[in-house]
Amino acid sequence: MHEYDVIVVGAGGAGLRSAIAAQEAGADVAMVTKLHPVRSHTGAAEGGINAALRDGDDWEMHAYDTMKGSDYLADAPAVEALTQESPEEVIQLEHWGMAFSRDDDGRVSQRPFGGLSFPRTTYAGAETGHHLLHTLYEQVVKRGIEVFDEWYVLNLATTDDADPGERSCHGVVAYETATGEVEAFRARDGVILATGGLGQVYDHTTNAVANTGDGVAMAYRAGVPVEDMEMIQFHPTTLPSTGVLISEGVRGEGGILYNDDGERFLFERGYANNDGELASRDVVSRAELTEVNEGRGIEDEYVHLDMRHLGEERIVDRLENILHLAEDFEGVDGLEEPMPVKPGQHYAMGGIETDEFGQTCVDGLYAVGECACASVHGANRLGGNALPELIVFGKRAGRHVAGEDLGDPQVTAGWTPDAEAASVDTPVSLGEPWATRGDAVADGGATADTATATTVVERTLERERERVERLRDRDEGTQHADIRAAVQRTMTENVNVFREESALKEALVDIHAARERYRDVYVADPSSTYNTELIQTIETRNLLDIAEMITVGALARDEFRGAHWRKEHQERKDDEWLKHTMVSWSDGSPEIWYKPAVLRGEAKTYEPKERSY
Amino acid sequence: MSTQRQNPETETDNAEAEADTETETERNEVARRRAEQRERERVKENERATADAERYHLKVFRYDPEVEGKQEPRFDDFHVPYEQGMTVLDALIYARDEFDVSLTFRHSCRQAICGSDALFVNGRQRLGCQTQLSDLDQPVRIEPLPHQEVVKDLVVDMEHFYDQMESVEPYFQTTDRPEGELEEQRQSRENREQIKTSTRCIWCGACMSSCNVAAGDNEYLGPAAINKAYRFAMDEREGEEVKQRRLEIIEQEHGVWRCQTQFSCTEVCPKDIPLTEHIQELKREAVKSNLKFW
Repeated sequence: MHEYDVIVVGAGGAGLRSAIAAQEAGADVAMVTKLHPVRSHTGAAEGGINAALRDGDDWEMHAYDTMKGSDYLADAPAVEALTQESPEEVIQLEHWGMAFSRDDDGRVSQRPFGGLSFPRTTYAGAETGHHLLHTLYEQVVKRGIEVFDEWYVLNLATTDDADPGERSCHGVVAYETATGEVEAFRARDGVILATGGLGQVYDHTTNAVANTGDGVAMAYRAGVPVEDMEMIQFHPTTLPSTGVLISEGVRGEGGILYNDDGERFLFERGYANNDGELASRDVVSRAELTEVNEGRGIEDEYVHLDMRHLGEERIVDRLENILHLAEDFEGVDGLEEPMPVKPGQHYAMGGIETDEFGQTCVDGLYAVGECACASVHGANRLGGNALPELIVFGKRAGRHVAGEDLGDPQVTAGWTPDAEAASVDTPVSLGEPWATRGDAVADGGATADTATATTVVERTLERERERVERLRDRDEGTQHADIRAAVQRTMTENVNVFREESALKEALVDIHAARERYRDVYVADPSSTYNTELIQTIETRNLLDIAEMITVGALARDEFRGAHWRKEHQERKDDEWLKHTMVSWSDGSPEIWYKPAVLRGEAKTYEPKERSY
Repeated sequence: MSTQRQNPETETDNAEAEADTETETERNEVARRRAEQRERERVKENERATADAERYHLKVFRYDPEVEGKQEPRFDDFHVPYEQGMTVLDALIYARDEFDVSLTFRHSCRQAICGSDALFVNGRQRLGCQTQLSDLDQPVRIEPLPHQEVVKDLVVDMEHFYDQMESVEPYFQTTDRPEGELEEQRQSRENREQIKTSTRCIWCGACMSSCNVAAGDNEYLGPAAINKAYRFAMDEREGEEVKQRRLEIIEQEHGVWRCQTQFSCTEVCPKDIPLTEHIQELKREAVKSNLKFW
């Protein structure tokens, strides 16, 4: 059994930053990641990092923009932590050598981004995430932090006390891709989940193939609540054929969106009379799809993003990568013609419920980055706010798990007295009523009072070994790729930008059917050498849970807030819905409940206002 | 606090459901049948479309050290229906999902930034996701990167590549940080421009695989690692002292002087990094610095 103080699962920006922080605080750290760190999808982030660095800007303005952008569903203490600490974290990256774009005076450049009242998006060309990822990995190499790359974490080793708030996490069990070995990793101080996005639940997404929501699904099955899962961001500018992202930086620098009639529709059709192309992402995505649905789309599918007027010099200086992406993945020369774009799944605002130090309600279990929900994005994330989240909360969680005293959290994880039980009307039963092999309960498989931390890890190891053998031993059945495709299709058709009750219910039926088919799933490749089919089969199991959480949350929230638009409910209902949708898994069936959003910050309360751009 | 509809009595807000006398199981059954019907129709539609499509012929390298029939390397043929804009990676995914689930290759981002899917396609190192099928002659021959140990099918062992990358102290070092807490180091636009292309490396290993020198000298640092050293050595923020040490590292026996300027690395680099030029520039810097200390 491997043994460390801290195990970090996932090695993108959040994982790397938390590993560095934990190690600096004195912990013995290992990272376990299904890819090599530099393959992580943080590398695909393009636009930038919001940080109030300059005269005329301050963290309060950044916090205000973020709360407004969230449509008042973010928790103010977490938002204020983000905006207060982002500047020092950006400067830390600069001190670690990150190749930011520069102004004439040699200082790091900033540009305008959607929903921001000040041009505070710090960037490195249109490849900011690539530079951030490599800079952080360089620091991990420098510190000699151990990395188990191409090890896929199968499950958490958690006790199974009846109340999730009483449970504790003692490690993880992982599968080595190269050899097929299943091994246990005991964590003396704690486990940090930093597994990133879940975009593979959709079929048109900017996310990588590896973004299958593994951390969210594992934490959920260990009893940790997930928060605001229905809040999915659809980015307004993705390439139609592949879903490849075209940075908001294009619009930040002055790029313009046109419909098929050549209208600058954001202004001319009144979607965002003040900010136009730089309205927040949910607003622009809905505007584009409305244009297409009303017959003003190009080829009934997309709109045009034009940056030619910016001139070659400026484009090459600040957006060069966009020229390569448009050429390689859509065959379009951005200097000569407008680029076709349409909305695509991009980001999950919701995730594993944590406080502002990354702690979940399970002792010793943390989550940071896109898989977590602190919550700083609420119902809509502003462009340029994801990367600062990785570094600010990565650092906080790393320090906290290593035992540093960061004070009392203002956001509380787990069931609290002001939480409210709820119910939602679904056409099929949710979860796994047939309770297969204990997947449905917490993963320790032992009761807390009789088990030591080591036996919890050992029993998890045994169970995961059996699970892998079971998948490999079966000779016939369903193949995971068919199930995954069915889930992606129904989510894309029914749980997209525009949502209506009947379609959401249809999605739940489809997910239920997919889940039933998964009972017969098998792995055809008998090899224990680099068996990617086995890993994908387990990922698909995670996607089933993710799809269900998103859809049931979307059905529960009968209002229109941020990214969540409901046909039957066209207004934001502040009297009823200034609260988070929580889903937690108990004995095979999901339970839904609500928890008030925390709008009270350090010095003021962010009163909900009409959100116009 | 259950949210389930397992108990029909809780369905008060749905008039239709109230009137519904079916049990939960029966309703699930009907819903499931409908879902399956939709699924069957979709599959049929796809099959029709697939049958009509033009097919691309792939010849793909196969090897698995422990599976009977694959221990001797062989080539498998796949005929993949072509869609506009289809890349080599798309074709491999199709072949895997539709024909042979054991077909194994690394891939993740699909947009030439994660560097996972460098392959040897029609005799040249390329990223699968960045290569259009329509630019290739048929049959399209897809092999793992040459000069690296094959783990299985198209997957090669990257450990040696990573070791070389990590041997050049690939992290920023400086002795001179600004005082103020929120004070950044200054860097001129010109200097940032000079290191720009070198910072684009995605560690795909295409360059190393194309390099004859690396093939013959296993200890040669290789183009990617030297480029990484260049990225720091030329960064004015590190200062002269650190630069001297960096030049010593790349001047070692298996460093820059091994490069025979064949430009193969530069030709295959998917991020258009002028690798050979960077190596040459470091040679010049090393000479300059040696003269200075004479």
